[in-house]
This record gives sequence, C-alpha cells and structure tokens, in this order.
Amino acid sequence: MSLNLPSSGPRGQRPKRLISPASIMIYSVLFVAAVYYLIPLYVMVMTSLKGMPEIRLGNIFSPPVEVTLQPWATAWNSACTGLYCEGIKVGFFNSMKILVPSVILSIIIASVNGYALSNWRFKGSELFFTILIFGAFIPYQVMLYPLVIITRELGIFGTLTGVIVIHTIFGMPILTLLFRNYFVSLPPELFKAARVDGAGFWRIFLQIMLPMSLPIFVVAVILQVTGIWNDFLFGVIFAGTKNFPMTVQLNNIVNSTQGVKEYNVNMAATILTGAVPLLVYFFSGKYFVRGIAAGAVKG
Amino acid sequence: MAVSRRPFAPLRNLNAKVAAIPMIVTVLVVFIGCTVWTVVYSFTSSRSLPTLDFVGMDQYVRLFRTSRWIVSLQNLAIFGVLSLSISLVLGFVLAALMDQKIRFENTFRTIFLYPHALSFIVTGLVWQWILTPAYGVQKVVRDLGFETFNFPILTDGRFTIYAIVIAGLWQGTGLVMALMLAGLRGIDDEIWKAARVDGIPAWRTYLFIVIPMMRPVFITTLVIISAAIVKVYDLVVALSNGGPGISSEVPAKYVYDFMFSRGNLGQGLAASTIMLTTVLIILVPWAALEFRPEKRRGGGSK
Repeated sequence: MSLNLPSSGPRGQRPKRLISPASIMIYSVLFVAAVYYLIPLYVMVMTSLKGMPEIRLGNIFSPPVEVTLQPWATAWNSACTGLYCEGIKVGFFNSMKILVPSVILSIIIASVNGYALSNWRFKGSELFFTILIFGAFIPYQVMLYPLVIITRELGIFGTLTGVIVIHTIFGMPILTLLFRNYFVSLPPELFKAARVDGAGFWRIFLQIMLPMSLPIFVVAVILQVTGIWNDFLFGVIFAGTKNFPMTVQLNNIVNSTQGVKEYNVNMAATILTGAVPLLVYFFSGKYFVRGIAAGAVKG
Repeated sequence: MAVSRRPFAPLRNLNAKVAAIPMIVTVLVVFIGCTVWTVVYSFTSSRSLPTLDFVGMDQYVRLFRTSRWIVSLQNLAIFGVLSLSISLVLGFVLAALMDQKIRFENTFRTIFLYPHALSFIVTGLVWQWILTPAYGVQKVVRDLGFETFNFPILTDGRFTIYAIVIAGLWQGTGLVMALMLAGLRGIDDEIWKAARVDGIPAWRTYLFIVIPMMRPVFITTLVIISAAIVKVYDLVVALSNGGPGISSEVPAKYVYDFMFSRGNLGQGLAASTIMLTTVLIILVPWAALEFRPEKRRGGGSK
C-alpha cells in the first residue's frame, strides 16, 4: 500500500530534536490515532484472506494461518445478492456505466456554467448561482419523489440515463462553485485581451480558459469519481434493478438474510467496492484534499 | 468582472445564457419546484399516489404520534450532537498536532483521511463486522480472559446508535482535520511569534487566540457537517438497517421507507419537510451571518 504521497513534506525548517517530551507525546497520540484509523482496513484484508472455519474459531485481528484467495474469487464471480448469484462484478460494471458518463456530463456542464458565471455575468446570474449553492444543502429526500415523477414522465426512470441525469443535477452546485471560483481567480487581463482580439464566448473558453485550468479539472474529476462511485440512494431509486451500482449490490450481498453468512466473501466484496475510490485517493493526494476543501470555500 | 456593462437586451450575451440553461432549469425545476411540490403535498392525504386532497396538518400530527418517527428524531439528535462535538474536538486536536512541523505529516494525513474516500455502505459494513458480538470486539476481549465481558452494541437496541456514531466518526473526522489544518495554516506566523515573545503557553495561545481567529473555519465546518448529519441514511442501512427493531432508525430512512416501500407518500413527504425545516434552522442564521452586506469574506472574525 503506497501511503507516501508524491508531494513535499511539511513546510518550514526540519524539526530540531525528535526526542523531547513534547514530541514523544505528539507522535504517540498521532500513532494511536493512526492505528485506530487503520484497524478497519486491516480487519477487512485479514478476514478476506481466511477460510470460514478459521474465522469461526479465530479472532478477527489475527492474521490468517492459511492464506486463501478463494473468497475474492467468490465475491467477484458468484456471491449472491438474494436474487441471483453472479457476484459483485455485475455491480462493478454497472457502476462504471453510471460513473463515466455522469462524470463527463456533469463536468462539461458545470465548467461552462462556472465560466459563464465568472466572465459573462448576465442579469439574474448571481441570483441563480446563490440559489444553486443553497440548493446543495436541501436534503435529497425533499426532492426525491417529485424527481421520480419527472423522470418517469420523461421515460428515463429506472434507466442508466435517469441516474446519470440525477448525478449531473446534484453535482452541479459544488462543481459550479469550484469552476467559478477558479475562473474568477485567473487574471482578468487575459480575458480582456482576448475580447479585444475579437474572440467570443466559446473560443475564449476552449482556447484560453481550458488549457489553463487542468488542475481544477483534475480536482473536479476526483470529486465526482469518489462521490458518484460511493452513491447509494440515487442508484437504488433511479437506476433500476438491472443497473444497481456496486454499493447497492454490496449491501444486498452482505445484508441478504438467506443462507449462511460468508464473512470472508463479504469482506472481499467490501474491499473490492472500496477499491476504486481508495486508489483514486492514494494516487491523487493533494488534489483530493483540495476537492473536499472546495466545499468549505465560499465564493 | 461583469463585462456586459452596456444596456440590457435579452439577446446580448446569449451564449452565456445558453450555457447557464442547465443551471437555470436545475434551480427552477429541482431546487425550487420539487421542494415546493413536496411541501405542498405534505398537507394532503396522499397514500400510494399523490392527490391534492388537503387535510391540513393531519400528516404532521400522525407523524409525531408515530413512535418510529420519535425514535428517529431522538437518534438523529444523539448522532448529531455526539458526532459534531467529538469530530470537531478530535479533528482540531489532530490538526493542531499535525501543525507542529512533524515528520511523516503526509503519511499521517493520508491515514486520517482515507476513510473519507470510502462510501458509507463500506464504512457501515466494516464496522458491522468489527462489532458483531460473536466474532468481533466482544469475542476478542473474552478470548483475552475477560470471559464475562459484554459489548452488545449491535444486539442491544439501546446502544446501536452509538455504533453508528463510532462508524460515522471514523469516516468523517479526517475531513474535519483537513479543514482545520487548512485553517491553522492560514494563521499568520507573526501571531505565534508575538505570543511566544509575551511568554504565553502554547495551549493558551490556541484556546484564546487561534481558535477565536478560526471562527469562520469552525462555523463553515459546522454547517457542512450538520447538513451531512441530517441526511444520514446509507450508513444506517448498511450498519444496522435501523434495527434491532426500530432502535436505530433515522429520519432519512423513515422518508425512504414510507415513500418507496410502504406506499404512504403523505407521511414520507411530511417527514422530509421536517428534515428541510431542520436544515433551514441551521442554515438561515449562518447565511445571515455570512452574507451580511458590509462584511467581505476574509475580514477576520471581528
């Protein structure tokens, strides 16, 4: 597991003394906290590598005596959701089918929107933006049922298109905020010079703004990939039984009441479901932090 | 940077208006339209299908006479107060420790924040496994020789909500730590130097100078977490599914179950309107404070 991030270490000078009473205390508190944070990951991995007899006899914290990869294979290929036994892989591919178009669509719409809101304000644009941001705080439950009616009328309820549209709608506040704040922070001279040269809305966006905003696109992609992959509520309501995303499948596998519980298979399926956002997190480091902090940055 | 300073004409700046159509539709139809729809229909007798048969406050009266709803509210209160206070304190302490120019800062941050990348479903299922009496913490402690040790957190309904608090804290404290650390890094070094020159101990500097200066960070964090707490749903579904019995139910789950599995729309809509009201109670004072006309952002707390 690569815990080392590529970015630089702490800023400022190097610590002078490592061993002083204060620093011993600091490091031991941090160490204890780190152990607490790592225990669930450790337990997941250990449980998924044991056979069921060993789980029944042993202790969840002990490493496996006999390492087996069988639970992983079962989890992927043949774990049962209560309806059928095709494993978590069905959910994985469904999640991919939901994820890719949702991320692309939501980012295109939000980036153009953020650009319009920063450089091409029109009468009422600030008002709409303010309501959009406040909309992010409305509990989803309040809007669920009317959205079911609307998507049903449009003929997209219970389809991939339906859930993609829903993700695009609810990704809009945070992404628009992210892009608008970024475009506002760019030097206005750039925009003015392009205007003087006669470039219009789309040309300035495509040829000047886009090439300069790669980092913010990376932040947006990370935010959306982890957010949409981890979604449960929209998937279970809008995607339809055939397209249930991985989180829904996982919950159905683990919490299905029939049959003997296979804890090792459950944990392998759980790790597999967490793997995509975890990998994104470990490889993106700084950008992930920027993405979650974006929620705290006001325009 | 408003460019079109010239007189207003509907066709001027047309491209920007076209680009903003998805936002305008979302705001008008979803955020305003759907919310108003829900509030209006919460006053009707809708069962499995919405009808415009107004019955006044009936749904709300019935809601507050339903023990499951009362339990849901109590659980939300316990979950909310505990996760807010513990995650703020713990998040701040961790951030303050991380801010001591320590080594391995990136490693520690990576460890504290990785649960936040995981879904509530994954979080709930892992903790369900760790806390399962037959195999988890209870069995481990008993195996160590404490054979009467009881830790029935998932099987005794009085305690299940605390399992949800534990899991929620594991998932969310890293976020608070990251926000607090960003806030601490925004404090001018001069403040620290001045405090040191005056011989003020570090803990007093934190308590009486740094924390008051970070008020905006605290408030923003508070609002973000509170809004997330009110919505808590998948964590409960995965960890306990509201059980045993109704002991760990939460409002968001009440809404879902009454709307989509019990075909009692009016109850679901009334419950979700109460959720909206709760969020407004948190949000409106914050917005009033934050967007006061004369105050510009970054102007400090005074």
